[in-house]
Amino acid sequence: MKARVTVTLKSGVLDPQGKAIEGALASLGFAGVSSVRQGKVFDIEMAEADKAKAEAALKAMGDRLLANTVIEKYEIAIV
Amino acid sequence: MKAAVVVFPGSNRDHDMLLALERVTGVAPTAVWHAETALPKVDLVVLPGGFSYGDYLRSGAIAARAPIMRAVADHAARGGLVLGVCNGFQILCEAGLLPGVLMRNASLRFVCREVKLRVETADTAFTRGYASGQVIRTPVAHGDGNYRCDDATLARLKGEDRIAFRYADGTNPNGSLDDIAGIVSESRNVLGLMPHPENLIEPLQGGIDGRALFAGLAA
Repeated sequence: MKARVTVTLKSGVLDPQGKAIEGALASLGFAGVSSVRQGKVFDIEMAEADKAKAEAALKAMGDRLLANTVIEKYEIAIV
Repeated sequence: MKAAVVVFPGSNRDHDMLLALERVTGVAPTAVWHAETALPKVDLVVLPGGFSYGDYLRSGAIAARAPIMRAVADHAARGGLVLGVCNGFQILCEAGLLPGVLMRNASLRFVCREVKLRVETADTAFTRGYASGQVIRTPVAHGDGNYRCDDATLARLKGEDRIAFRYADGTNPNGSLDDIAGIVSESRNVLGLMPHPENLIEPLQGGIDGRALFAGLAA
């Protein structure tokens, strides 16, 4: 089973890195970019073949390690 | 007072901490490798500064899930003293032993300089060597020291007198919420702080402002 877990900041959490990237895009000449927020992508391959079980395991991975749920949320996509 | 200093792959302030504890308390502390599952019988467990696991994933994220951390959590639950300095503070927040999170410095720069700290409460084992309101000097060296928590947590920290140190005289180096530099747990036996008191314990280091933290613990 292959899955992609995407971790992003919860809305309202300050993202200075995203702001720095936004500024860099502007100085490269890309006009009209009003917001950039940076996240992370984890591509995970698992032996588990059952979709429901895999999703449950991935949700636990998100809650317990991949995301700091104080400031981050995550989405799971089975590829 | 017996102490243990946990060493993770990438910890680099463990030597300074071991030295400070021995110099101030007179008792040689034990270094404990992160892969151990048991702690020696000690009064104080210290999580030192550094870049455990290279700050991979998030600062302190992987160290917080290291085998030794179950024993550290049990020690804290029994009322044992736990001190987290810099990366150690990050690890304590990631492990859920302290609330909130340390994010990237607002300036996006790694900051290595001296700051002024106000001791906000002398009502902890860690700060009883100081007077409440006392302003001291300490060095900081970090890229992710920007303490953040939600409004409810901040209200609790304030209401329960759990903010141990704030940056004073406009010296906040990282943009942390409410100038918070260090906090204690609900039972006041776990302290996390970003500055390095272990680096100001003898005159050769340029000051002894950090001594009272360790002397107060051992008292």
